[in-house]
Amino acid sequence: MTDNGFILGCSAIGAGLAMIAGLGPGIGEGIAVSKALEAIGRQPECKGEVTSTMLLGCAVAETTGIYSLIIALILLFVKPLT
Amino acid sequence: MNLEVTGAKVLFNIPIFGGIPITETVVNTWIVMALIVGLCLFLTHGMQVHARTKRQVVAEYLVGMVRNMVKNNMGERFMHYVPFVGALFSLAMLSSLISMVGMFSPTGDLSTCVGWALLVFVVITYYKIRTQHIGGYLKGFTQPVFIMTPLNMISEVATPISMAFRLFGNIASGSVVTLLLYGGLAALSSGILGLIPGVVGDILSQVPIFQLGIPAILSIYFDLFTSVLQAFIFCMLTMMYIKLACEE
Repeated sequence: MTDNGFILGCSAIGAGLAMIAGLGPGIGEGIAVSKALEAIGRQPECKGEVTSTMLLGCAVAETTGIYSLIIALILLFVKPLT
Repeated sequence: MNLEVTGAKVLFNIPIFGGIPITETVVNTWIVMALIVGLCLFLTHGMQVHARTKRQVVAEYLVGMVRNMVKNNMGERFMHYVPFVGALFSLAMLSSLISMVGMFSPTGDLSTCVGWALLVFVVITYYKIRTQHIGGYLKGFTQPVFIMTPLNMISEVATPISMAFRLFGNIASGSVVTLLLYGGLAALSSGILGLIPGVVGDILSQVPIFQLGIPAILSIYFDLFTSVLQAFIFCMLTMMYIKLACEE
């Protein structure tokens, strides 16, 4: 096995490991959406406001997942270590 | 099968200052800007005090939507931010939506997103310094205890980085997933149609028949929904940060 191939393989494993971080935002957004649904169920007249606030919160909660995605994309396509 | 994920391609160079590369991002941003200017000119052509034409109703609706958004999220005090937020929103939305016609989306390039985020960061910092003056701004870094200074500086820098990466990550991941899907569907159709014996199979396996229709379903999420949502979120965060900077 060449050095380059070894680094490429390790980069691919690293990209896969980085995407484990996708767990957190998934759980967090699920909780946020479930709570928002409860709120809408209790007070259907606040639907618009609850939805827009929920989307904003989801976007902020997504940040860590996006960071891991960027690291995975860089490892896979930019190949900085080779 | 050979898939190549690249950033924006360099189209040509401007031969001054040792050659300035003009990428797809820049050209597509020009196209988006021309679209927005054209749309504005078309919608506001021949305006009257009382709306008589359909396009004036549309123009009034769009402007009213942005005004409402700013009023609800920032308050009456910031109504002079309507043009800024509206420009940012329309540019971000159309730049992302342009990927629906198969062009390279300017927001799929980190440079565009970082540029916009830095612009917002400059506005935020300007308002922070104006509200609490330069001494108070610098002193804010040492709150609540002096030892926290490096962490506060990191969290200050994290604002534009997270804004830029959020927009870029969502749009770029959509284009990467779409590209992988096209590659996978091409391989699938050539594999299945290649099972047909003889010359017919050889010819048919060159036709990526599965690429018809199936990507459109994913495109609704990745292009339409994500583009509008991320543009909305970018503007919402901009308004929130500016408002917070003024309140401190």
